[in-house]
Amino acid sequence: MKPAAFSYHRAHDVPDAIGLLSEFADAGEDPKLIAGGQSLVPMMNFRLARPTALIDLGTLRRDPGMRSIRRDGAELVIGGLATHREVELARCLGPEFEVVSQAMRWVGHLPIRSRGTVAGSIVHGDATAEWCLLALLLDAVIVAEGPGGRRQIPAGEMFHGYYATAVESDEVVTQVRFTRGASGAALTEFARRHGDFATVDAAVSLDADGNRVVLGGVAPAPIRVPEAEAVLAGGPAGPELFAECGAAAAEAIDPPEDAAGSAAYRRRLARTLITEALQQAWEKGGRR
Amino acid sequence: MTGPRVDGPRGRWVGASVPRREDPRLLTGRGRFVDDIRMHGMLHAGFVRATVAHGRLVGVDLSAVREIGGVVAAYTADDLDLGDIVALLDRPPEEFVPTAMPVLARDKVRFVGEPVAIVIGCDPYVVEDGVEAAVVDYEPLDAVVSEETAFAQQAPLVHEEAPGNVLLDVSMFDTPGVDEAFRAAAGDGCVIDLVSRSGRQNALPLETRGVIASWDDRDDQLLVQTCSQVPHQVRTLLARSLGMQERSVRVTVPDMGGGFGQKCVVGREEIAVAAAARRLDRPVKWIEDRREALTAAFLAREQRYRTRAAFDAEGRITAVDADIVCDMGAYSCYPFTAGIEPLMASAEMPGVYKVPAYRVRARAMTTNKAPTAPYRGVSRPQYVMAMERVMDRAARELGLDPVEIRRRNLITEFPYTGINNVTYDPGTYRETLDLAEGVLRDEGWCHLRDGATEQGRHIGIGYSCFSERTGYGSEAFAKRKMQVVPGFDISEIRMDTSGSVVVTSGTMNHGQSHETTLAQIVADRLGLDPGKVKLRQGDTERIAYGWGTFASRSATIGGSAVSVAADRLAEVVRTIGAYLLETRPDNVRLDGAGGVEQVDDPARRLSFEDIADVAYLRSHLLPKGSEPALSATASFDVAGDGTFSNATHAVVVEADPGTGRIRILRYACVEDCGVVINPKVVDGQCRGGIAQGIAGALFEEITYAENGEPSAASFIDYLVPTAAEIPDISVEHLETPSTLTENGAKGVGEGGTIGAPAAVLNAINDALRHTGVSLESTPVHPQSVLAALDSAAQEASNAS
Amino acid sequence: MNDRHLIELNVNGTEHEALVEPRKTLADVLRGDLGLTGTHLGCEHGVCGACTILLDGEPVRACLVFAVQAENSDIRTVESLSRDGELCDLQRSFSEHHGLQCGFCTPGFLMLAEGFLTQQPDADREQIREAVSANLCRCTGYQTIVDAIAATAAERAGTDTPSDPDKAATS
Repeated sequence: MKPAAFSYHRAHDVPDAIGLLSEFADAGEDPKLIAGGQSLVPMMNFRLARPTALIDLGTLRRDPGMRSIRRDGAELVIGGLATHREVELARCLGPEFEVVSQAMRWVGHLPIRSRGTVAGSIVHGDATAEWCLLALLLDAVIVAEGPGGRRQIPAGEMFHGYYATAVESDEVVTQVRFTRGASGAALTEFARRHGDFATVDAAVSLDADGNRVVLGGVAPAPIRVPEAEAVLAGGPAGPELFAECGAAAAEAIDPPEDAAGSAAYRRRLARTLITEALQQAWEKGGRR
Repeated sequence: MTGPRVDGPRGRWVGASVPRREDPRLLTGRGRFVDDIRMHGMLHAGFVRATVAHGRLVGVDLSAVREIGGVVAAYTADDLDLGDIVALLDRPPEEFVPTAMPVLARDKVRFVGEPVAIVIGCDPYVVEDGVEAAVVDYEPLDAVVSEETAFAQQAPLVHEEAPGNVLLDVSMFDTPGVDEAFRAAAGDGCVIDLVSRSGRQNALPLETRGVIASWDDRDDQLLVQTCSQVPHQVRTLLARSLGMQERSVRVTVPDMGGGFGQKCVVGREEIAVAAAARRLDRPVKWIEDRREALTAAFLAREQRYRTRAAFDAEGRITAVDADIVCDMGAYSCYPFTAGIEPLMASAEMPGVYKVPAYRVRARAMTTNKAPTAPYRGVSRPQYVMAMERVMDRAARELGLDPVEIRRRNLITEFPYTGINNVTYDPGTYRETLDLAEGVLRDEGWCHLRDGATEQGRHIGIGYSCFSERTGYGSEAFAKRKMQVVPGFDISEIRMDTSGSVVVTSGTMNHGQSHETTLAQIVADRLGLDPGKVKLRQGDTERIAYGWGTFASRSATIGGSAVSVAADRLAEVVRTIGAYLLETRPDNVRLDGAGGVEQVDDPARRLSFEDIADVAYLRSHLLPKGSEPALSATASFDVAGDGTFSNATHAVVVEADPGTGRIRILRYACVEDCGVVINPKVVDGQCRGGIAQGIAGALFEEITYAENGEPSAASFIDYLVPTAAEIPDISVEHLETPSTLTENGAKGVGEGGTIGAPAAVLNAINDALRHTGVSLESTPVHPQSVLAALDSAAQEASNAS
Repeated sequence: MNDRHLIELNVNGTEHEALVEPRKTLADVLRGDLGLTGTHLGCEHGVCGACTILLDGEPVRACLVFAVQAENSDIRTVESLSRDGELCDLQRSFSEHHGLQCGFCTPGFLMLAEGFLTQQPDADREQIREAVSANLCRCTGYQTIVDAIAATAAERAGTDTPSDPDKAATS
């Protein structure tokens, strides 16, 4: 389990990284960015990923903007190289983004969180990744810089399924902006073993400006479930409505089937997790 | 091991939680595992492995491999021309079909991951480049992956010489009265008929397998440094396969990162690496990577039992009739053969219960899966699970308490010769059950369980009672008709001029703390500080022959051999001491402080240093005719059927009605492994064993697709439980000293793993008692639990 | 593409030079090039944690970091824990609680605990258990590892010994 050979290049700043990406791609190589590497390196060790050139963003952590975690008015802004652990320990998130820090305990384990990055997780686009769910829940905008300049990708347009995202191979994600706070929000999940990728995970919010029901592990990409959100809009908050919402979500989805669970089981988990998450969100002060 | 002397209940040192001798080096990163060893000019090996489960080898083209810079050599089976690995039983052809495991696949591959070629290069990265470059052509054959496919008419044959894909088919017992008992039970009593299954597991030592082989001209010898539980068996088979004198092979074993049975058989990779080193005249190292370890190392456990049991109206078992199929995978392992699991199950299944009539048929099935080795417990987790489920099911049918039905059936008088013709030495079968039940009752768990349903909670209690034969001597193994019969152990002990002793053992520590526990034994026997005792293991040059560590044999048999050797050395020391003190030998005794003293005048004393000084450096002072060597050798073998440790496990679980997750609320183990040499070590063996049993009950499994593709090649898919899944476990000890071993110890290596699946499965089924569903396969997937709970809830709501 | 890089690594307070292929993991360089074999490899895909080390004080998997990435970082391995031949408090606690058997996973657990307790010195038993769930041990069943770390935390905090494990099972 040793990776295939590649060449290694340290980017000095974002333009440098973008330049290197283009340069190697033009030369017929398969370049790839590495930040925390917690998803990429295992795949390289199995030789399931075999980039021919690695462009290391590590040096860019010297740029405070790239690792900053800060509130900007109503938004939570996370730099492209901030780690899960830094978010977990950050004290500035405020009640509107408490769901983010609380979700961190579900992200892998401490050593993975210590090195893995928020942006890396979102770009990787795993259908159960907590950050991908949070992006949909909190209307994240992914800021990507490439040869054509900077663009802002709304979370709703980000995840194409099976690890495919809207970020192009010549782009660098420099920032993730969570534009919507939600004090009545919760994320919960089920995995047979703690710290694993979830079989199914659910993130919800109960807010005056709209309810959200987001699921992971039930489709090739994390999804919002409008049918379930509609249920929430249709009645007074409370256990009955939450159960009904869970049931509506279970009905609406068409989950995959694998060793972790059948489609029926995933539907059932979705129901349970949404109901639980809504209850938690409610208790935290979501819409009454 | 300095500090205050702790007096254990059985001696100065035996019985005390003496700190481990192994710890300082392991805690500072200064242990020496195989992969930590580097030799001058060392090369690295990797294996080209089969990508199809069953297929004819049409061509193996290694030309591209050899062109890669840094690759030194690449060999196929034809290049190396090695003897096959053949493990035999003394059984007639209708019972046992011998098969051969080639070191590298020759005409055919039989499982995904089977080694086809070996690649040697300058570093592991280059070697992996080389392995990738190999081109292997297969003519695929249909894969055999289940009982259904193996036993079907016209089934493809894994081994042409094994019709029906059966390697062993033995009906070991068919005692009188079985059919009568079932007829009677059908009228007045009950008949339980259940099919139970256990999934295919990996013993999963955290250190994967690995070996370094090098040729030494001066010693005229091949040095093989490997992580094996059985260094002498590696030597024997290596010498035979390579066509060498056995003295030309030396096998040494450094620190080992676990084994659990996976390393108690000889790996074909060990032989291929040795052959490559011999041919290249360079040291060659191979370290198995985790993908190989999960797919191509020896696996374990996959078995199916159909158990029928008859009970009378009072809940007394009157007969057991079992049909057992063990999926041994593609090959028979050396030295145990594919018969090990079915023979173990057949011989031992009645276990702790008084079973008056017994019929059993057990088969070893060969399939296109990675072959198996005897993993911690060896069939006992499975037959205990079958018997314990039978007990709970019968209790339910008859309206009895699960503990009560066990009480009525447990063996309570010893020695007891069972229907299986095995004589059980004294144990505490009943007492451990009573104590375990008391723990749950006193802590309020029974109350909680009974009241749970009303609160909408699903809480269950499960027990398992079992004994485990730990002292398998050669007589006991011979009953299995193995052609290679393990049993004895040899120990040699020497004292040096500083009064320290070095003791050797044929056992092989791989985490069990032998350096500490065997030293405790010797320290007591010689009356000296264990800090002055150094254990040497894992070197075939140090003793004539050894059987390594498996089957919980180290404390029982290995511990006995070192005891006898130490006693013999004590005798030598005493004799010389008496001569020097100018008194009769029977007037001299060990003084417990590293010397001898005169019985009638303890002030007259000689230290071991004094005696050794004379023996070695001034031997002219020795009595005429006596030898200057302060050394002794002893062998030990357990007579008869050997000794049995026993335990009861009691478990409380809760099933989550939203996810089906099983949470273990309480785990209590009450065990009796005879004399406890080191309580902390015994606790550790119990807890670690139970953790592995829980792993099998709830998490770990490798399944195979129809085409023979294994489901798990990484720790993402193979669910080794973590600290978040394994609960704290209480361990209580009873001590029934064995009269068959020198120290009264009974062995404790496997018990935890044996008892856990049964107890957990019983607890789960108890939690599901209202559902009408019974789960009889491990691992229990939460979705099965949830399906049971949901269907019951559905029925309840329909009814209301 | 296989061009080697001459890198400088600061390991346990000492500067080392190594000439390495970029694809070489930090774990392999520590073990092979620097001879620090206390860091073990158990899975090479970041799950088992046997290779856990401290990188700038944080516990990380050395199998998921390429050595070339680790320049300019402060690397600490298990070899740094004992001073002048004396075991540190955490190591002693592992021995006292029988928190190791075969010892293969032990360096990873020690470094995980060292990093974790520095960040969260007041962690309770459940938090320790959750942190410990990052690594795999096949021998102990974890209980004594949790005990050992909890005792170290208590000792460092100057409080009394941790909760009795048997009681913990019933609570």
